[in-house]
Amino acid sequence: MIKTTYREALREGLREALQKDPRVFLMGEDIGRYGGTYAVTHDLLKEFGPERIRDTPLSEVAFVGAGIGAALGGMRPIVEIMTVNFSLLALDQLVNNAATLRHMSGGQLNVPVVFRIATGAGRQVAAQHSHSFEGWYAHIPGLRILAPATVEDARGMLWTALQDPDPVLIFEHVMLLSQDAELSSDAGPVDIDTARIRKSGKDVSLITYGGSLPKALEAARELGKIGIDAEVVDLRTLRPLDSRTILESVRRTRRAVVIDEGWRSGSLSAEISAQIMENAFYDLDAPVQRVCTAEVPIPYPKHLEDAALPKVSEIIDAAKKVAPKHG
Amino acid sequence: MNEREHALHFYREMLRIRRFEEKSAELYSAGKIRGFLHLYVGEEAIAAGVMPALNSEDAVVSTYREHGHALARGVPAQAIMAEMFGKVEGCSHGRGGSMHLFHLPLRFYGGNAIVAAGMPVAVGLALADKLQSRKQVTACFFGDGAVAEGAFHESLNLAALWKLPALFLCENNCYAMGTAIEREHSQTNLALKAQGYSIPSRQIDGMDVNAVSEAVKSAVQHVRSGEGPLFLEFLTYRFRAHSMYDPELYRNKEEVLEWKKRDPIVRQKTFLASKGWADDAEYSKIERDIDMEIQQAIEFAENGHLEPVEELCSDVYARSVK
Repeated sequence: MIKTTYREALREGLREALQKDPRVFLMGEDIGRYGGTYAVTHDLLKEFGPERIRDTPLSEVAFVGAGIGAALGGMRPIVEIMTVNFSLLALDQLVNNAATLRHMSGGQLNVPVVFRIATGAGRQVAAQHSHSFEGWYAHIPGLRILAPATVEDARGMLWTALQDPDPVLIFEHVMLLSQDAELSSDAGPVDIDTARIRKSGKDVSLITYGGSLPKALEAARELGKIGIDAEVVDLRTLRPLDSRTILESVRRTRRAVVIDEGWRSGSLSAEISAQIMENAFYDLDAPVQRVCTAEVPIPYPKHLEDAALPKVSEIIDAAKKVAPKHG
Repeated sequence: MNEREHALHFYREMLRIRRFEEKSAELYSAGKIRGFLHLYVGEEAIAAGVMPALNSEDAVVSTYREHGHALARGVPAQAIMAEMFGKVEGCSHGRGGSMHLFHLPLRFYGGNAIVAAGMPVAVGLALADKLQSRKQVTACFFGDGAVAEGAFHESLNLAALWKLPALFLCENNCYAMGTAIEREHSQTNLALKAQGYSIPSRQIDGMDVNAVSEAVKSAVQHVRSGEGPLFLEFLTYRFRAHSMYDPELYRNKEEVLEWKKRDPIVRQKTFLASKGWADDAEYSKIERDIDMEIQQAIEFAENGHLEPVEELCSDVYARSVK
């Protein structure tokens, strides 16, 4: 076992892909000489050279579309989009091309490209760098949406995503980058289809993903101290959702709290809540609760940013509200 | 092919596209074809002149006005017609319709209905060729409207910066849908814009198939030799409405008539006559062959099958989960 940060794990995943598959190349803004805005690609240029670690102009439409085209042309591009807010500049390519080409061409084309996108708030970078749009992307048929929340997934999701014949978007939460954990020295690819139970429990299911997973785990620890045994479900894949794991957990605990850094209205948490209502209504002992980001563009000052985001205390309160033997 | 055969091929190919489009309009009125239908009538010299300069390994990226491109590239007329009828025998399994013709064996990558959105994809196809050291060209069609989009500028810059084997083919038909070029561009010489990205460019008479052919042959050679992208602006005109819903309030009949005097098919016929390369019997035979091909395409489309509703959600993902 080696102590590894989420950032280092992402880098190891990239390095493995570049070493194992000559069709793989990286492209994005400042990923080469600069070393990556979040230093994920640091030193890869030295190791793999400028043909495979390609700095692009600030042209999201062009390099996202070029990733799609290069995938059609037989390559396995990994495209980094610096921040999820910038991905909106390339929304047309992602939604109108990447997601549609297989179906619209009658199955002739496929687009095996991976997009790595930094997401989430917590760094006081205000309303044009802090949002969580993975829930939007999870609305789109044709895209596969991943949200690694652990060092193991940061290390292993990329390779599996590259084997997928369809476009995969990997959302990397910026507040996870410096988190560390023990990682097996032979850690490698992981599945990208299933949710995981990160902590078993019998009283309430805390269902979450990405940057909110550490908050849910902390809330579960605190709840344990007051006699509430919470289960924590890490979605991992936001589309297609592993509905079976979600529903099985809820049927066991009979209560659910969904934690989502997206805005509440029309969010992924709303979809999960609806699926539980549709499929496990009679198993529930209490209404589904949600802890989401306040409906406001993320503000700059620390106290307001904190106030806007899902908090451990809110998760605890929501769980207490529905948990047994608590009033 | 010798010179005469070349000239006859161009004539035949342009007439084939013209007749196909005219028949498509009829079938639209008859309710056989639905959705949007954008006809290529008037612009045939470009597709007919460009395609013979490409080889089968080259890639083509097109727009929503692409029947002519697809036909000239070699996509069977019956597969295009069946596509517009929404039948599974169509070149996109009936799922795309008129605006989304795809044919992978011919490396025909659509059929893109978002203006300029095919351009970044073309840049990526060219990048893949370069990274795999393939001496292939990606030919990318777009209109004057696309030149106002950000994707156009980003794509030209990236292709030039990375010296990619992309051939940019601008079909300037004077209108972005209904907006005249003078009302959409501060600089109406669109070829000049490419030069801002250090891409060699020229304006070509898009109503003259021989001029198109000559320009494209040398352009393809330039791009294939690894010297980076090249840009050709074809000055052309669509004789018919933008789509079947367009009442043409934005242009006057005199202007249309003026351009029709430059009809590329009439022009090629005059050229053939001046050389004494074809007689009436030859022209009649060409017409008959084309009529027969289109008639067969319609029968093929009529006899095609609708995709079963049970297959509605197939081909969204390669790999279904659970």
